[in-house]
Amino acid sequence: MGLTHGSTGKNAVDNGLHIHKRSPEDVVVAVAGNPNVGKSTIFNALTGMHQHTGNWPGKTVSNAQGYFRTKKHSYVMVDIPGAYSLLAHSQEEEVARDFLCFQRPALCIVICDAGCLQRSMNLTLQILEIVPNVIVCVNLLDEAELRGVRVDLELLEKRLGVPVVGTVARKKQSLKRLTALMDAAADHPRSVCSPLPCPNALKTAAAWLEKALPPTNALPLCREWLCLRFLEGEASLVRQTAEACGWSEAEIQQAKSSIATAKEQLAREGISQNSISDSMVAVVHEKAKKLTQGCIHQQGEGGYSRRDRKLDQFFTGRRTAFPIMLLLLALLFWITISGANLISDSLSGLLLRGQDLLSLLFEHFHAPGWLHDACVLGIYRTLAWVVSVMLPPMAIFFPLFTLLEDSGYLPRIAYNLDRPFEKCCACGKQSLCMAMGLGCNAAGVVGCRIIDSPRERLIAILTNTFIPCNGRLPILLSILSMFFVGTEGGLLHSFISALILTGLLVLSIAMTFLVSRLLSKTLLKGVPSSFTLEMPPYRKPQLGKVIVRSVYDRVLFVLGRAVAVAAPAGLVLWLCANMDVQGSSLLSHCCRFFEDAGQLMGMDGAILVAFLLGFPASEIVLPIVMMAYLSTGMLMETGALNEMRQVLLSHGWTWLTAANVLLFTLFHWPCSTTLLTIRKETGSLKWTALAFVLPTIIGIIFCIGFTALIRLLGLV
Amino acid sequence: MPSAITLAQLLPGEKAQVKHISLSGSIRRRLLDIGLTEGSQVECAGISPFGSPSAYLISEALIAIRKSDGDKIFVQPVKEEICSWD
Repeated sequence: MGLTHGSTGKNAVDNGLHIHKRSPEDVVVAVAGNPNVGKSTIFNALTGMHQHTGNWPGKTVSNAQGYFRTKKHSYVMVDIPGAYSLLAHSQEEEVARDFLCFQRPALCIVICDAGCLQRSMNLTLQILEIVPNVIVCVNLLDEAELRGVRVDLELLEKRLGVPVVGTVARKKQSLKRLTALMDAAADHPRSVCSPLPCPNALKTAAAWLEKALPPTNALPLCREWLCLRFLEGEASLVRQTAEACGWSEAEIQQAKSSIATAKEQLAREGISQNSISDSMVAVVHEKAKKLTQGCIHQQGEGGYSRRDRKLDQFFTGRRTAFPIMLLLLALLFWITISGANLISDSLSGLLLRGQDLLSLLFEHFHAPGWLHDACVLGIYRTLAWVVSVMLPPMAIFFPLFTLLEDSGYLPRIAYNLDRPFEKCCACGKQSLCMAMGLGCNAAGVVGCRIIDSPRERLIAILTNTFIPCNGRLPILLSILSMFFVGTEGGLLHSFISALILTGLLVLSIAMTFLVSRLLSKTLLKGVPSSFTLEMPPYRKPQLGKVIVRSVYDRVLFVLGRAVAVAAPAGLVLWLCANMDVQGSSLLSHCCRFFEDAGQLMGMDGAILVAFLLGFPASEIVLPIVMMAYLSTGMLMETGALNEMRQVLLSHGWTWLTAANVLLFTLFHWPCSTTLLTIRKETGSLKWTALAFVLPTIIGIIFCIGFTALIRLLGLV
Repeated sequence: MPSAITLAQLLPGEKAQVKHISLSGSIRRRLLDIGLTEGSQVECAGISPFGSPSAYLISEALIAIRKSDGDKIFVQPVKEEICSWD
């Protein structure tokens, strides 16, 4: 799951998979394969959808579905998460396995990596055991060719007994043969599976278990296959099978005890749990090896190219890794800031003119004054704020980040940072989730599924909000340029902003480490689990396509949110500011209520109210602050940052206020969508509450402490 | 195996054959799934800045494995000219 309209914000919440057929004739097609072999790219190319693709294993953590039609058939395509085998280790692999076993797609396209064919075959053979109708699609042919690897597709097809097609997923034309094969497979489905031989050592045990298990007729799965998986120790599969077959409590107990008995018997024969799975893997490997022998012609350097070696020495080298990481981050921010400065001013000018026009329009129709004020000063102005100040940095940062993601650099960050995470008893893949969190915390939380250990996953989920998401980035940026760097713009100023912002992010990362460690020493005690991470080859990102796609996505997303959240918030705010209760407006009552708390934290009541109202979407916090100030009497045409700064200064902001706002922006409760996602992912109110309280307390302590310190030192 | 060392002891560029994996459970199966089986060839491709994890070439793919896990995988170094990368 990556950062697109479909995976961030409220869409990040995964509501499980309900296959939605548009017509009863729709053919359900699963797209399966190892991680990072281009499943989503093929899925997108066929369905015309924009499921985000990125160059790292684990992009897709939940099933996505899309539609696709040929002249003959219509298909429901399901993009399932990548897996190395059908034995599930992590939640994403469980999603993949459950879909293939229990949802029974009519057709399964197995995507293989041409450069890594033997490993891809391991999974293909396991899928062929349970899904009869399969098309094998050897993808990334172009990349393999560059590395001197050629695949004999015809020979492979002959040996496998199912259609094999070669593709270059990024080139749409190469998919023509695939769609033709899909039509053929839908017309004449292959109906028998190809079971792998049962390992000799396990034959008796499997046969015994087959007799002892409660009936599984409801499942289209071969009983011997199920028994072997149970012997392998698949607890979650027993649960799923029981559910699918409607076993009673007694039958579940019967199944569990027979499995235990069979394992005990095997143990008595000297066959340990390890050797059970070893012998099963050996069967698969043996067959995969035989299959691919002679199908792969390799010349040259093979798997790990000279270019990648050099890049890795650079990006993960002892001396270079971290300076480069920070420089890249600073560079990202720098481009974002300079770009945003360029757009922001002209955009706000434009929107101001829009406001004048709108006022004229109201006048023309002799609309009552209150209606004009509510619509123009309330709704329109908040909207204009969000669009002019918040949108530009978001729309620039997002695609840049996507480029980085496509290049294959992110897994290298996880590689570099794994050791410190291990020290905190957490998982290095957490840095991938943090990177996603930079885009959207909700997406980051869902992304935590790539972490195998439930304990480490929970740590990653709880700490994800420490990373400022795309919606909070503009707050940081505008505060930085208003109070610390200067609003003049210019390359030097934006460069300093970028450096400070990088510093803030380092603070966030440090906080993540600290809290992760704290959690694993207290609430989530445990030792670091094992970890393997595949690092994909570096790929040249498709510049034009990514930029156009993701700018478009982001603009749409922010505009959508602006309309859905900022506009009503503007209205509510305007109402609050103009409704008199006992002599003063509701808003000033609220602000006064929070004034003391705000002052203690070095801010004021209005800012705290804004943070509270910004709960549905962080990008409206600053606009709300402005509205709150402007609505209390002084009315002023505002637009660019410089004027905004004047307003803030006239309301008593000092650099300390600004610094506290920065700190509180980094550390406060997650937005409503993120919380909802956390609730969904953890399935527990307790952890959701903790995810709310933890960053909030830290933020409050930080602000109070910092303010007290600065005041004590007499620096303001 | 007197001359056997652990996977974690390999230096970048060194190749070895996997002799014995004394890990169990989920990580063992994961390693087997990605092709690190007893008898297979691995090459150490690099060590991360903090010394763990290290990256290994396992059946044509680059996989990072932590030192604590690599310490439990025994390998036999393969005598071969260390591939030259400048």
